[in-house]
Amino acid sequence: MKSGPKFWSWIAFGAGLLYFLIPLVAMFEFSLRAKRGEYSFQAYSNVLGDPQFRETFSYSIIMAGFTIVWGVLLVTPTAFWVRLKMPRLRPVIEFITLLPLVIPPIVIVFGYIRMYNTSSWLPLTGTAMGTNVLLMFGYSVLALPYMYRAIDTGLRTIDVATLTEAAQSLGAGWVTIMFRLILPNVLVAVLSGAFLTFAIVVGEYVFAALLNRPAFGPYMVWMGSNKAYEPAALAVIAFAITWFCMALIQLVTRFSKHERAKG
Amino acid sequence: MSFLDLRNLEKTFGPNRVVKDFDLGVERGEFVSLLGPSGCGKTTVLRMVAGFETPTSGSIVIDGQDVTGQKTASRNIGMVFQAYALFPNLTVAENVAFGLKVKGVARAERDARVTEMLRLIGLPDLAARFPFQLSGGQQQRVALARALAPSPRVLLLDEPLSALDAKIRVSLRAEIRDIQRTLGITTIFVTHDQEEALSMSDRIVVMNGGIADQVGTPFEIYNRPTTKFVANFVGTLNTFDAIVDGPVSLTVAGQSLTLPEGEITARKGERIAIALRPEALRLGRAEGYDTVLPARVTGVEFMGSIIRLRADVEGTSVSLDTFNRADQPPPGIGAQVDISLSGKDAILLRG
Repeated sequence: MKSGPKFWSWIAFGAGLLYFLIPLVAMFEFSLRAKRGEYSFQAYSNVLGDPQFRETFSYSIIMAGFTIVWGVLLVTPTAFWVRLKMPRLRPVIEFITLLPLVIPPIVIVFGYIRMYNTSSWLPLTGTAMGTNVLLMFGYSVLALPYMYRAIDTGLRTIDVATLTEAAQSLGAGWVTIMFRLILPNVLVAVLSGAFLTFAIVVGEYVFAALLNRPAFGPYMVWMGSNKAYEPAALAVIAFAITWFCMALIQLVTRFSKHERAKG
Repeated sequence: MSFLDLRNLEKTFGPNRVVKDFDLGVERGEFVSLLGPSGCGKTTVLRMVAGFETPTSGSIVIDGQDVTGQKTASRNIGMVFQAYALFPNLTVAENVAFGLKVKGVARAERDARVTEMLRLIGLPDLAARFPFQLSGGQQQRVALARALAPSPRVLLLDEPLSALDAKIRVSLRAEIRDIQRTLGITTIFVTHDQEEALSMSDRIVVMNGGIADQVGTPFEIYNRPTTKFVANFVGTLNTFDAIVDGPVSLTVAGQSLTLPEGEITARKGERIAIALRPEALRLGRAEGYDTVLPARVTGVEFMGSIIRLRADVEGTSVSLDTFNRADQPPPGIGAQVDISLSGKDAILLRG
């Protein structure tokens, strides 16, 4: 029977779809039940109307923005340099970037607090701004595995060595090569790394809680332990934001003309 | 002193001496090819001139200025790569303008120069295209325009035609040479293709094992190779064993061959090797070709304007070229023919 394999792949696809969709739908349905006996967006307006939601959410978005910028500035030149000059070190660097997946955030944050407390040589935790900087560093460490991999894959699609030499022969220095050549060519890769960073930062709890910063993660946890319907609404909102980001990346990819060549 | 002077250039990678005591002077406006098999060090020499490799010892002087320790970016050279290396995120015009922009050339002047360059390479309408929208030949022409736009002192071409298909390769090599002549730019061209080197260059440097075996015009290299390597690497060669008979005569395959005065340095009775190009051998008897060898045809390759025959002369396999003539079909395989040759075409092989 010719349609056999196709039929089974549709079954598998459908099963997968249900597996992911049913909990989402159930959660969405639950989030609409804030008013007894009818569906309403009461929980959503509660969440969105809560000044704490707006404060923590905008704090986390700003932190995510800074983390992304810092991460890109840290990882792109590193990955570029490793590819260009020290290809033999690549496994080592890759291993280092994977460490945050193995070391629990709680260990990292306690390490930070020990090293940068108010009686240390660099008392970052002494001020709110210092703690913010520390938090950003922590976030970029958490995002490192994703950021590095995304950018490294992006670099693989271009002939880094020859393009660099071509730019050098035209008189370009490292800064020009980095910002006019390498970054624009790995932009889509950078964006997918940025998106993952964003998702991590917005949902992160441990760092923010232990450094006592008003981030979105601790707010969600607090909400989850104190309210019934609002956490579900919050989760739906979080998903909506995530999907919006993904759509945005797709759009950017489509609009950057030269990327189509790589297909 | 030459415009571009390479003196005692050496390069060692670990235990390998890739370039050994390399000397070369290139005059202003000259087109010099580095020709050799892969691994002969020709690309390394080019990369040292570009500044991508630092010489282990020796010096590189451009226009009286020692650039040996200078960074690539400040050498003011133009380079074209085998893999085109156009910047994929920039349009053709932006690619060509890149070097000018880096130099801080004002916009109006930049645009004018880009237009001029695109006209020079014959692609004035493709300014807004991205590299991926161009064919290989077009990409390489844009790469040439990009390298030339900032008016470099020296143009370096690293096997620029190797990635292209045969037809474009031939047309582009004439085009590159024309542009080079028009601009009068000093050029070093690296290739492993002898036909490219012979057809394009003012002078050729044949490299082998990191040293320059012979430097000369294409005519000299082809007709008067000074080493066995050059003789064998450039063009096809028929080698014969010969015995020295006297100051100007040899015995080849039982026949006597007279050479121009002063060519033979070996003593009477010594065995030497002589070589003849396929086009120096004549099929049948010809005027001025005194020595005639009997041969049996073993192969016929019809290549259009020329016909390359392979024949057996007393156990030695030789190839000879004759021009195609519509009224004269080539001999068949197994046919007995006469091959005539002249001593003035013979190349004595040394080393």
